[in-house]
Amino acid sequence: MTKSKHMALALAFGLAATVVQAQDMRIGLQEDPDVLDPDQSRTFVGRIVYASMCDKLVDITPDLEIIPQLATGWEWSEDGLTLTMTLREGVTFHDGTAFNAEAVAANIDRSQNLPESRRKSELSSITGVEVIDDYTIAFTLGAPDATLLAQFADRSGMMLSPTAFEEAGIDFGLNPVCSGPFSFVERIQQDRIVLEAYDGYWNAEAINVDSVTFLPIPDTTVRLANLRAGDLDMLERLAATDVASVQGDDDLTLEQAVSLGYQGITINVANGVGADNPLGQDARIRQALSLAIDRNVINQVVFEGAFAPGNQPFPPTSPWYNDAYPVPERDIEAARALLAEAGFADGIDITVQVANNPVQQQMMQVVQAMVSEAGINIELQSKEFATLLADQSAGEYQASQVGWSGRVDPDGNIHQFMTTEGGINDSGYSNPEIDRLLDEARTSTDPEVRAASYNAARDILIEELPIVYLYHVTWIWALDDAIEGFVPYPDGMIRLEGVTITE
Amino acid sequence: MLAFIGRRILIAIPTIILISIFVFTLQHLLPGDPMLVLAGEERDPEVLEFLREKYRLNDPIPIQYLAWVSNALQGDLGTSFRTNQPVLELIAEKLPVTLQLATMALIIAMVIGIPAGVLSAYKKGTWIDWVANVVALSGLSVPNFWLGIMMILLVSVQLGWLPASGYQPFSEDPLQSIKTMLMPAFVLGTAIAATLMRHTRSAMLSVLKSDYIRTARAKGLAERVVLVKHALRNALVPIVTVTTLIFGELLAGAVLTEQIFTIPGFGKLVVDAVFNRDYAVVQGIVLCTGIAFIFMNLLADVAYRVLNPRMGDT
Amino acid sequence: MSTTADPQADVALPKKQSRFWKKMRANPAALLGGALVLFFVTVAVLAPLLPIIDPTATDWGAVRQAPSATHPFGTDEIGRDVLSRMVWGAQASLLAGVVSVVIAVCLGVPLGVMAGYMGGWTDAAISRVTEALLAAPFLILAIALAAFLGPSLTNAMIAIGVSAMPIFIRLSRAQTMVVMTEDYVESARAVGLKPLALVWRYILPNIFPPILVQATLTIATAIIAEASLSFLGLGQQPPTPSWGSMLNVAKNFLEQAPWMALYPGAGIFLVVLGFNLLGDGLRDALDPRDT
Repeated sequence: MTKSKHMALALAFGLAATVVQAQDMRIGLQEDPDVLDPDQSRTFVGRIVYASMCDKLVDITPDLEIIPQLATGWEWSEDGLTLTMTLREGVTFHDGTAFNAEAVAANIDRSQNLPESRRKSELSSITGVEVIDDYTIAFTLGAPDATLLAQFADRSGMMLSPTAFEEAGIDFGLNPVCSGPFSFVERIQQDRIVLEAYDGYWNAEAINVDSVTFLPIPDTTVRLANLRAGDLDMLERLAATDVASVQGDDDLTLEQAVSLGYQGITINVANGVGADNPLGQDARIRQALSLAIDRNVINQVVFEGAFAPGNQPFPPTSPWYNDAYPVPERDIEAARALLAEAGFADGIDITVQVANNPVQQQMMQVVQAMVSEAGINIELQSKEFATLLADQSAGEYQASQVGWSGRVDPDGNIHQFMTTEGGINDSGYSNPEIDRLLDEARTSTDPEVRAASYNAARDILIEELPIVYLYHVTWIWALDDAIEGFVPYPDGMIRLEGVTITE
Repeated sequence: MLAFIGRRILIAIPTIILISIFVFTLQHLLPGDPMLVLAGEERDPEVLEFLREKYRLNDPIPIQYLAWVSNALQGDLGTSFRTNQPVLELIAEKLPVTLQLATMALIIAMVIGIPAGVLSAYKKGTWIDWVANVVALSGLSVPNFWLGIMMILLVSVQLGWLPASGYQPFSEDPLQSIKTMLMPAFVLGTAIAATLMRHTRSAMLSVLKSDYIRTARAKGLAERVVLVKHALRNALVPIVTVTTLIFGELLAGAVLTEQIFTIPGFGKLVVDAVFNRDYAVVQGIVLCTGIAFIFMNLLADVAYRVLNPRMGDT
Repeated sequence: MSTTADPQADVALPKKQSRFWKKMRANPAALLGGALVLFFVTVAVLAPLLPIIDPTATDWGAVRQAPSATHPFGTDEIGRDVLSRMVWGAQASLLAGVVSVVIAVCLGVPLGVMAGYMGGWTDAAISRVTEALLAAPFLILAIALAAFLGPSLTNAMIAIGVSAMPIFIRLSRAQTMVVMTEDYVESARAVGLKPLALVWRYILPNIFPPILVQATLTIATAIIAEASLSFLGLGQQPPTPSWGSMLNVAKNFLEQAPWMALYPGAGIFLVVLGFNLLGDGLRDALDPRDT
């Protein structure tokens, strides 16, 4: 039966249908998640599944404010070295284990000490955990850490059942047990992940669907076809080029939010022999490259205007964006002048590596065509992502088109890339002043001090350009029009609280 | 016959060892560090080192290989880097999916290919033969993935007749399962239909020339009886042999088909595993397909001998 | 891997060229195949001379435009002319087909002849390796090799060539063994003809026809394989076009710009059909049994 017939029937009965039947919500994902253990996992899609399965100590609002989830309140000590949290009472994990301060302590211990844990660096500031009573816990820090609450709003703050992880060890991910609105039922790799509503959920009245099925469908066209055919209720990461078509479809609705991450060109300035070339050694050439790119045209041509052009680690919508440096207009003359000044009036050849996926390649071909008009000849090197990453971390590249999925706290988008000891500083950039400013921004809890530090760092980085920022992805969800109450978040997660399926 | 089978199995052992060495070495020579992908965006050096140790990636390749072999002999093919799932379990999970796809594709191919081959042989040299041949070759010439996306566009998006992708286990809902798999099976089957048609045609041609067909015709039997009861039955020997061999080809053909239709089978598993550098998974699958291929070959030989007892023990 | 070629078919060198041509001419399918192949080869060779737009010239104002007078096949995702890209893509696809088969023949035939000629342990070793290569599914092997070598057209050709090698080993081995039992070869050996001379004078001419047939058919398979690898992002890299990589991009724009997928797909289909028809015709024409 077609949707319009459904509608006609509903109208005929004079119903604004809010029927409570066994409702399954089917969500199309772009990739198959990796291991379903928040301490071990590393993929973006994995986090989408956790949003339905694993509650965190705190959550965020769409405006990135930190709000209570499993922790109902918190307080910082004067010196910023102790964080005391009050925990929600009456919460149980899906296996019935009670949630309390002991459980939190066990979780933090696991995130910090499980050898396979990928959360170690996120929680490295915590030096001690003290259980004050059943529902109060205190974290002692080695140094003030402004990012900690934001970490607790993501995988590091997800609470797993201690009973379950003590028993399963590193195999927890095969049968995860958390305390979120839905509990794990089954997973068939590359096919589906099924969750069902958890009766004992503390916020059960906000949940209106009985089960959720996540279906990884990598091909964007096929994913959309499934939604159109009614085999999906919603999908994440609709291709920007499909936006117009979905908007024109009466049976579908569209939701979007500018992401927290960025896409850009990372340039090797001091990471091994790969940096030994004019592009890596002379900031003027990097500036010329940046000036020769028309970011608005990229957005129009490749993403039909759906994404956000950018020139900083934070999107223009972010409170941390520095308005003193708006997204620059393309200026071929200025680019040529800079090249000439650097001694390359006749043009320069550079090599940029790019992942072998069609969209990134399309984007880089546009960049290639643009900058060639300024005399910069880009040779594109397509690599598989695994190779690209290895070469980038080993310094065997001149420039690399990569992005970052983004973090709630601004620190996550800049500190590890730009500081000398930063864990993902693949460009090899090192500047004591930047180290000082970014460390300051990390340890201060005063937003104004932080903003001032970030702005000061930006004054330098915009000249030095170890990363040429290009644009910010917009998360785009397409939904069946029967789905109501979905709220888009800039972290790209799908929160099912308040979401209903009307038939 | 038993001696024959025994000898063939003995010969197969070095082949399987060779396959495993070959794939193992190739994989470990692949550029790209699987642990870098595995360590996640933050790439904590401590975790990286731990993982390299854990998966013995710091050992020389021959040592790693021997460790893999000794585990494999005990029935442990390792675990997937990506999901921590045991490889053997993954394979058991994916095998029925691809087998269903391959079986359905084979049925479609036989339904199209065998009658077309018989007809084409019977009408040899006429325009029917010519058309059948060009149509069959067209099936062979069309790129699978292109046909796949075109069919999704037409059948699912435009007409909405069949689901665009996915998989429904046969045991849960047989009808829906067949419906979901129909389009991919057709795409996969078209290429095989051509091969089958051509082998049927050539087998039929040689049978039709033989004396007993002439005798049968001389006896005044109806043409249809001659064709089906006498000719086709005798032509079946090579057809069965070829069909068995084709089955191995189907497994390989399934790689792209599964990619297009997002079918969670062997092919999709292995392609994703190659891209993710999920060593144990690639290794396990190639081992399995290798054994399956050798088994199919053996089966074809045995079938040939059973159906055609005159053949000597060569 | 295609099994269209019947490796058992014992094909002998055509004694009379005229008979070969007569049979070819009488076979409309083979003629059609030959015409298709000739057409695409001509287009590919003449690509630099044809009065077409630069296949890498972008035009932001004309992104994904439907076919029109200026762009008869429309434009692609960054405003390049699809017709020009088809023409230049023909070069990449044909080159991939031919070069990878040349690689397969150059590696496979010597190994096969060696195995067939020497027998014994050499034969056993080569046969086991061949079997091992055959047992790893063709495309999986090619994907792994292409991933190992890094994504590029050259590497895709090497990967396909190596993966297609076993069939040539098998074929030339079988043919060599057949030829070796012929009386004239045995007498030539008795006279003391050196092995290399023997191979050159008697074996190679005899195994040439079936190899030619198989090569023609394998070019067809190799073109599809290149397209498949490009489709997975492991073949031709941008901005240079190949039909497979054009399809890889086009699949994201099926609804908005179906012409982007239609033409490269049709191109692959027609050229592969051409090689298949031609190979088939060659086999019939070179087959001594069929009169």
